[in-house]
Amino acid sequence: MKIFGITKIRLGDYGMVLALLALCVLFSLLTLKRQSGDGFQAVAELINVIENKLPKEQVVLVVGAVNTDSAALAEAVYAEAREKGFERTRLLVGSPRDLRLVLDELIEEEAFLGGIVTGGDAAKWLVWDQIGQNYPAFAGVRIATPSERLWPDFLKASNLLAIVERIVVIAIIAIGMTLVIITAGIDLSVGSLIALSAVISASVVQILGGPEASGWVVALGFLSGILSCGLIGLMAGGLVSRFKLPAFIVTLGVMMMARGLAFMTTGGFSIDQVPDSFVWLAQGRLAGIPNTVLLLVVIYGAAHVFMTRTRYGRYIYAVGGNAEAARLTGVPVGAVVALVYTVSGLAAGLGGCLQASLVRAAAPNMANMYELYVIAAVVVGGTSLSGGSGKVLGTLIGAFIIAVIQNGMNLLGIQSYTQMFTLGGVIVIAVLLDKARQSGGIRQFLAGN
Amino acid sequence: MIDSPADFETPILEMRDIVKSFPGVKALKGVSLELRSGEALGLIGENGAGKSTLIKALGGVHLPDSGDIRLAGREVSLRSPSISQSEGIAIIHQEFSLAPNLNSRENLFLGKEKTQHGFIDYRSEEEQARILFESLGMKIDLDRRCCDLTVAEQQTVEIARALASDARIIVMDEPTAALSQQEVDKLLAIIEDLKRKGIAIIYISHRLEEVLSLADRITVLRDGETVAEETNVSGVSKKQLIEWMVGRSLDEEFPKRNPTIGPVRLSVKGLSRGQAVQNANFDLRGGEVLGIAGLVGSGRTELARLLFGADKADTGSVTLDGEAVEFENPRYAIERGICLLTEDRKEQGLILVHSAVENFGLPNLKVFVRNVLLDQGKERTAFEAYVDSLKIKVSSVSQQVGNLSGGNQQKVVLAKWLQRNADILIFDEPTRGIDVGAKYEIYLLINQLVAAGKSVLLISSELSEVIGMSDRILVMREGRIQGEIENGQGTTQEAILSMALDT
Repeated sequence: MKIFGITKIRLGDYGMVLALLALCVLFSLLTLKRQSGDGFQAVAELINVIENKLPKEQVVLVVGAVNTDSAALAEAVYAEAREKGFERTRLLVGSPRDLRLVLDELIEEEAFLGGIVTGGDAAKWLVWDQIGQNYPAFAGVRIATPSERLWPDFLKASNLLAIVERIVVIAIIAIGMTLVIITAGIDLSVGSLIALSAVISASVVQILGGPEASGWVVALGFLSGILSCGLIGLMAGGLVSRFKLPAFIVTLGVMMMARGLAFMTTGGFSIDQVPDSFVWLAQGRLAGIPNTVLLLVVIYGAAHVFMTRTRYGRYIYAVGGNAEAARLTGVPVGAVVALVYTVSGLAAGLGGCLQASLVRAAAPNMANMYELYVIAAVVVGGTSLSGGSGKVLGTLIGAFIIAVIQNGMNLLGIQSYTQMFTLGGVIVIAVLLDKARQSGGIRQFLAGN
Repeated sequence: MIDSPADFETPILEMRDIVKSFPGVKALKGVSLELRSGEALGLIGENGAGKSTLIKALGGVHLPDSGDIRLAGREVSLRSPSISQSEGIAIIHQEFSLAPNLNSRENLFLGKEKTQHGFIDYRSEEEQARILFESLGMKIDLDRRCCDLTVAEQQTVEIARALASDARIIVMDEPTAALSQQEVDKLLAIIEDLKRKGIAIIYISHRLEEVLSLADRITVLRDGETVAEETNVSGVSKKQLIEWMVGRSLDEEFPKRNPTIGPVRLSVKGLSRGQAVQNANFDLRGGEVLGIAGLVGSGRTELARLLFGADKADTGSVTLDGEAVEFENPRYAIERGICLLTEDRKEQGLILVHSAVENFGLPNLKVFVRNVLLDQGKERTAFEAYVDSLKIKVSSVSQQVGNLSGGNQQKVVLAKWLQRNADILIFDEPTRGIDVGAKYEIYLLINQLVAAGKSVLLISSELSEVIGMSDRILVMREGRIQGEIENGQGTTQEAILSMALDT
């Protein structure tokens, strides 16, 4: 394709990345609004206020609304102020009601309130306007907020993290699914394996320690969930490769068996008494980076190298391209097929642990229909169901396209029914576009060649 | 009106100065041909000479950039396959276009079913099908699914389908590539019959003897141009045709070699598998080309697959360098230095959707691994060396192998086994569907291999090739090795054929 008559690029090679970027731009524009800042700049601004504009010896109250960016902002400001020696700074992360309680406390202490700094959602509280009336003592207190700026809701750090959390399970399982689909197979069991892995790991934790269980017990729990699913994947792969059973049927059976096993494991109940270390896996941070983001980067990096730069990666493509030719060229076809289903099982097992960690509970009925979202991510990412071609990184893009569309529609307040309809349409269009790319362009494609 | 004398003078088909370009290639640079009804035109040329593009222009698949196509003097624009068909042009491709799970009658009338009140009129369809097949001199079970028919029968169904749609011009692309000699003879008889009915035939084949025996005129293409149009076919020799095709003179069809036969490498005793291979006994020596002749279905390919571990033998033993071996699957055979160049390149030899260099690397990845990771640069360099030495024509090493011509595909297969440095090479129909120039290069390569002390088992349906290349020849019939011929000056095709047919 020629753009401005200068560069010749093949749009198709980057089509999915461009589509993802276009979606991000679209949702950014649609969710653009004036809002009280909450980024690094806002922290600096508020620290500046505390340092230079407010009396040093008096109490400074840093306020953030619970569970929002505003809370993160307040925590960051508080920490930095403390570090700089403003010992009388107090932190409040909570609701307007909590604010009243604190103000009452201050009055009781007869403390001097030098000022209040806040930002984000907390800056929008209505109580600020009434402080003069309700607390005559604080009538003249200065309330500082960072300057307002134009910024999309979509691009807020908390929203981007929400997108990652929304998709991390599907994206990780989609790696295994990509491998399976490249060998021209399919794995319908991954949704049920999520639930099975979740209940197995939560049960192990519950039996060995309950809510007080140590980190090692939790690690053991996760490991047993992941390995059980890997073993189930290996058995499914063995059936497919050894007895040449259709993957669709085998994994359909495994899907039902695994779901049944999940219910049997807990007797139908969900397990929600889990220790904090259980939640750390998906909600914690390592060196300031959310674990979910780290996991995605590490696992996708490893999978990409495996598929493009190792012998078995090549074998996987060869088996999907033409199993008989691969066999006659010396490729261990049976082992390759068993391998991809095992990887898919392991990935689903890890996904189950993450999902349980994200929602702080393991339920046998969780992750219903996830296998379809996983397959959709793989297909939107450009992997062909006929096997032999596809890219792991394409799958990551595919997963994010799905997540971004869902997130964007949520931000815009679109009904969930409409969302489902739209998402389905997007999947069909993505496959259409991919087919058009393969046949050399939209025009040739429409001409039917 | 076709039959009126005035019309007989005008060619039924005339293609003038056809030019067709694709991005990066000029496939046809002004090709012309003409054809009269009741005539057979032999269209020959090396792979990549432009034959398929020309046929696709005639079939309405590609619209030429310039040039005219006239049917009985009337200029036409063949914009789509359906227009081409309605103008009476039928094309029978090398890969048949029959629906495999439908029976021959259903295939015959597919898309133009005979109906009565909206329902299919089976009786009249069957009636017409029977008449058609009878006129072609073939008995075909109308209720058999096409995938259960032999290749020759499927071909007959294709021809009958062309006749059912009132085709005036029938194009046959490599119709005899997968046929046995008797079936070829039968096909040639059918073609003679079609000619008598006034149907014009375009016959594309690499088998020059066939072209010479049936064509009334011959058009030779080279590099997208017509290099010869010959109407006096009886005055043309095979040698002349080859020279036109390759653009230079080939002194001999098979290169000479002085054999130095070494010790026995592979010894086969009593090898059997069902009806396909029964009690095969033979030795293969170092530095030897052992030919295997026989009709299609005589068990040659099945024997090769047993040696390679692709199928399992019921009984019998194989010894390699004095050691008994039993290969569970091809992987072990490959590790012991045996390789099989399969008869079906596209289905079994190559992964068509992958690149040339990936296909080349597949059995050799262990060599290219450094610290767990593949060294793709090393793989590429190794392949480039073969691209040079085997003269493989690729636009880049990462070109998709499915887009290469047959000869170049075969060279990619050869390159992957040469890199493996196999000692025992089983070549099953190595030159099928490959043009003369590439054939000669493959023969040279076989000679180089045996000169280096390796052993070659050469399976071929072309008797001249078996005789021209082998030191010894095994003849198979109905799963058994019927006899062994020490190949010398006096070996004739008739001698082999009579053994293969048991007459």
